[in-house]
Amino acid sequence: MFRSARTWLLVAQRLGIALITLVIVSFAVFFATEMLPGDVAEILLGQAATPEAVAGLRRAMGLDQPAIWRFIDWLLGLATGDLGRSYVNNIDIADLLSWRLVNTLRLAAIVTVITVPVALSLGIAAAMWRGSLFDRIVSILTISLISVPEFMVATLAVLIFAVWLGWLPALSYGVSVDSLGAILRAYAMPVITLCFVVSAQMIRMTRAAVIETINTPYVEMALLKGASRRRQVLYHALPNALGPIANAVALSLSYLVGGVIIVETVFNYPGVAKLMVDAVSTRDLPLIQSCAMIFCVSYLSLITLADVIAVLSNPRLRT
Amino acid sequence: MTLRRLPLISTLAGGGGDYAFNIVGKVGLAVILFWVVVAITAPWIVPYPVGRIVDTDYFGPVSDQFWMGSDYLGRDMLSRVLMGTRYTVGIALAAVIIACTSGVILGMIAAVTGGLFDMLLSRFLDAFNGIPSLLFGLVVVAAVGSSIPVLVLTLAAIYMPGSYRFARALAVNVNTMDFVTVARARGERTPYLILSEIFPNILGPVLADLGLRFVFVVLVLSGLSFLGLGVQPPEADWGALVRENLEGLSLGAPAVIFPSAAIASLTISVNMLIDNLPRTIRDRSE
Repeated sequence: MFRSARTWLLVAQRLGIALITLVIVSFAVFFATEMLPGDVAEILLGQAATPEAVAGLRRAMGLDQPAIWRFIDWLLGLATGDLGRSYVNNIDIADLLSWRLVNTLRLAAIVTVITVPVALSLGIAAAMWRGSLFDRIVSILTISLISVPEFMVATLAVLIFAVWLGWLPALSYGVSVDSLGAILRAYAMPVITLCFVVSAQMIRMTRAAVIETINTPYVEMALLKGASRRRQVLYHALPNALGPIANAVALSLSYLVGGVIIVETVFNYPGVAKLMVDAVSTRDLPLIQSCAMIFCVSYLSLITLADVIAVLSNPRLRT
Repeated sequence: MTLRRLPLISTLAGGGGDYAFNIVGKVGLAVILFWVVVAITAPWIVPYPVGRIVDTDYFGPVSDQFWMGSDYLGRDMLSRVLMGTRYTVGIALAAVIIACTSGVILGMIAAVTGGLFDMLLSRFLDAFNGIPSLLFGLVVVAAVGSSIPVLVLTLAAIYMPGSYRFARALAVNVNTMDFVTVARARGERTPYLILSEIFPNILGPVLADLGLRFVFVVLVLSGLSFLGLGVQPPEADWGALVRENLEGLSLGAPAVIFPSAAIASLTISVNMLIDNLPRTIRDRSE
């Protein structure tokens, strides 16, 4: 395929937009958490604090600087890996975050590895036998899954696998992780829940992408020359649907960001999302800012990836 | 399409010719209307006062006395679910109406005026779309605390950009039509163009979009409440009811199952209704 300089210019443009978006997002995150009623120094020192103590702490924390300087300072810190210190327990945020980030990424990786092949085959199969009983069952199931909240999928999974069948523990941590079996059992519940949430989106989008290519004249041509249904879809339609499918995969994976927040809380999984929800209840602002940025960056990268794939795979978008 | 349909069949299928509804859509509409009626009449139909402990047992089973069992303190679950309807439906409806009204108006203005205003607004709102919705809610709640007005405005802010984008795309199509050009040549001003020429022609799809967005708002609202960051006790919407009674999950208590079922019934019905809307309403601009 011929990729002109123009295409790369377009890709560069998308990346540029993503970068600008990221700056705006970080601006929003920083100033949203700046709107706190009351001063952080006053909150930290409690009601008995003298005005001198508050003023001293403010100077020590750099709060007497104008907000815009603190914002730039904070951005530079983020870029160099200095995330600041947690207000609540005065630990370096980088230390708090690093091992939890590994946990969350591991969870996301397992879910991705399981979901992508399963969801793609189901989506393609549903498109291949469009209108059949199988297709209708898949459609109804995916619509139902999309229209219920993530925590309900999680509670249903607990109800079925832990309460009624008794196969798995309800919480992911707090169980022993001595053997491989125990580790598998500990991960099973969060992974099952997230797989359902993400694959429902992916199946629907894949099905739509394949059906769109099936409706083109050249696939109709394949039908007329007597190719089997399987051959029409897998050999003629699928190669041209790969771009939209890759786009769908990246977009559906961005649902991980919302799903993981709920799932980590429900199953008490020690990841970034759980850390952030706890930080929200204790109002630990620097920690919230860092966690929010991690999520925004991953979300934006997935969306931008989907965008770039769409541009590269569809010449009509390159105008 | 219209020729093929026999008048008798379309009458049997629900009357109004092309405006005929199928049975799935009707069921969806019925469930939605049911919840709306419940939301309005809740204070008069609850069997017990919401906050009163009426059962001697906690996580009690379904019985004649307590149709949905009792919650973790022994309060009547039916009364709490009925009152919770007010918060879930009310907050979501308020948020989605604010989001869609402002989004659609801005979208139409952007489509009609075009130029720099359109470009800047589109870029800015696209950037807003780059924030995951639940996360945005978390950050705002962390910053200003959770109260019902904050929840309504936050949810509206989350879903306004999507509504803007949708309305703008529709309005751009209508804007190229001859009757708009004629109106413009007559010297009509932007408010007239938007309200009299564009809006009636995008109304159907916009309403369908409003319904879908309502589902998303209900989901995010329940999610926030489930995390303990949405509607605050003693008030409780459906998400908060699930959270309160989560401990009952290992006992298989009805107190967890009924509020979840309520959420699912509402969101699935809205989807069912919109999927089965008569084509003449849904795709009017095409």
